[in-house]
Amino acid sequence: MPEPILSITALDAHYGDFQALYGLDMSLANGEVLAIIGANGAGKTTLMRSISGLMQNGAAQIAYRGQPIGAMRADQVASLGIALVPEGRQLFPSLSVEENLLIGGRMGRKGPWSLKAVFALFPILKERRAVPSTALSGGQQQMVAIGRALMANPDLILFDEISLGLAPVIIKSIYDALPGIVGEGMSAIIVEQDISKALSVSDRVYCLQEGRVSLEGASNTVSREAISQAYFGID
Amino acid sequence: MDWVNAIVQGTLLGGLYALFAAGLSLIFGVMRLVNIAHGDLIVLAAYLGLTVVTATGMHPLAALIVVVPVMGVLGYALQRGILNHTLGDDLLPPLLVTFGLSVIIQNALLEGYTADPQKMNAGPIEVASIPLGSLSIGVLPLLTFGIAVAVIAGLQWMFYRTALGRAFRAVSDNQDIAQLMGLNRRHIFGLAMALALAVTAIAGILLGIRTSFDPSAGGGRLIFGFEAVIIGGLGNLWGTLAGGVILGVAQTIGAKIDPGWQILSGHIAFLIVLAFRPQGLFPRVSG
Repeated sequence: MPEPILSITALDAHYGDFQALYGLDMSLANGEVLAIIGANGAGKTTLMRSISGLMQNGAAQIAYRGQPIGAMRADQVASLGIALVPEGRQLFPSLSVEENLLIGGRMGRKGPWSLKAVFALFPILKERRAVPSTALSGGQQQMVAIGRALMANPDLILFDEISLGLAPVIIKSIYDALPGIVGEGMSAIIVEQDISKALSVSDRVYCLQEGRVSLEGASNTVSREAISQAYFGID
Repeated sequence: MDWVNAIVQGTLLGGLYALFAAGLSLIFGVMRLVNIAHGDLIVLAAYLGLTVVTATGMHPLAALIVVVPVMGVLGYALQRGILNHTLGDDLLPPLLVTFGLSVIIQNALLEGYTADPQKMNAGPIEVASIPLGSLSIGVLPLLTFGIAVAVIAGLQWMFYRTALGRAFRAVSDNQDIAQLMGLNRRHIFGLAMALALAVTAIAGILLGIRTSFDPSAGGGRLIFGFEAVIIGGLGNLWGTLAGGVILGVAQTIGAKIDPGWQILSGHIAFLIVLAFRPQGLFPRVSG
């Protein structure tokens, strides 16, 4: 197995008195695409927030290329080359489309992604570059959110609920674009409600249930029965 | 003609009020911080200017070269050292802390400079004027107004045309997501406060040339600044300039009717705007 780019060891995460993750273990090889599935409240978004530094945990609980990052702030994590496409797009409303993309690239990391490359991937954004980000449709906003993360030229990109609230045709076009994004040697973690979509684009899959890993396996071999059992916790 | 004169003089006075207000507007816009000590920081800048002028014999306007960076550094240190720790979901802690800061600055100035009113002497420029028809326009008020327009235009350019301005707007929109872009909000807030106090330094020096000041003068400047911001509409810098002008004109017209009404009529103009257009005359279009 290749050197892991990300390894998570016994990760606990809390919101005040509420514990959202219980001793989670997970690893991601360099260049691998991981899907994370699970019901609402299983801890998927908490996991994304923990990796990206929006939630701080024990330093050694999350390691990136061998470096402990669990206790780092989000801006420090971002500068190491981890980018998050947050749930619900979360664009900056007072910035134009182009400015949203430019701010994603402000750290100046080297790599294939630039304003030009993002516009080539999503041509509609070039047409609408000057409009406020709030004037876009949901699908176009998701494209900006993805483009904004890519502009950082990350080595690891996290997608949180990539298709939530979008029309099926938009979801399809975003999934069609995914191989071109993660094919460049980028590692990715995709959080997704749509299980067949998640399995189709990933190498391995983790299922979370109530803050614990209930299933782990290769995406092309894991059985539907095993998933429903891991998903709902029924025997 | 007297009335036209009152309006012109009021407009020029409004430039000074806009400078009082610009720093307030900027820090509220970026970090939702209401700085009760803002007026006292303006007076502090005036005293710093006085010290520089007394120590070096510089012209007060030349003293800006020293006072602007000093206030900027002070702003960054104040934000990183104290004010960042008060920011959160609750609006009360920053209010209380800046209120305390206001008391501390006033008393420190009282201790250091006594309660005697002071003034900076800018020489012949103070009384020079340009005749315009039957009006005569003071050079210093005109210069103040010009500086105010330049400062507002500069801030506007910085906010909407530079990477730093983009960072300010992003942090103001959503602090968490801005962190994901590699922006350290504590540093960005520090820079915003540095910029606000650099503008405050300009306001303080111009105040100290125009009129006499003492350690307790800050409260009044804070009120004028607040009124200009509210009249113009929160988050709109050109609106802040318009708010300053409206306040200035209301004051000079009030003074024209009866010299005792100057301050009162400014407050009345503010209350009228607040009653009929609480969002201000030119609120920022919300996204």
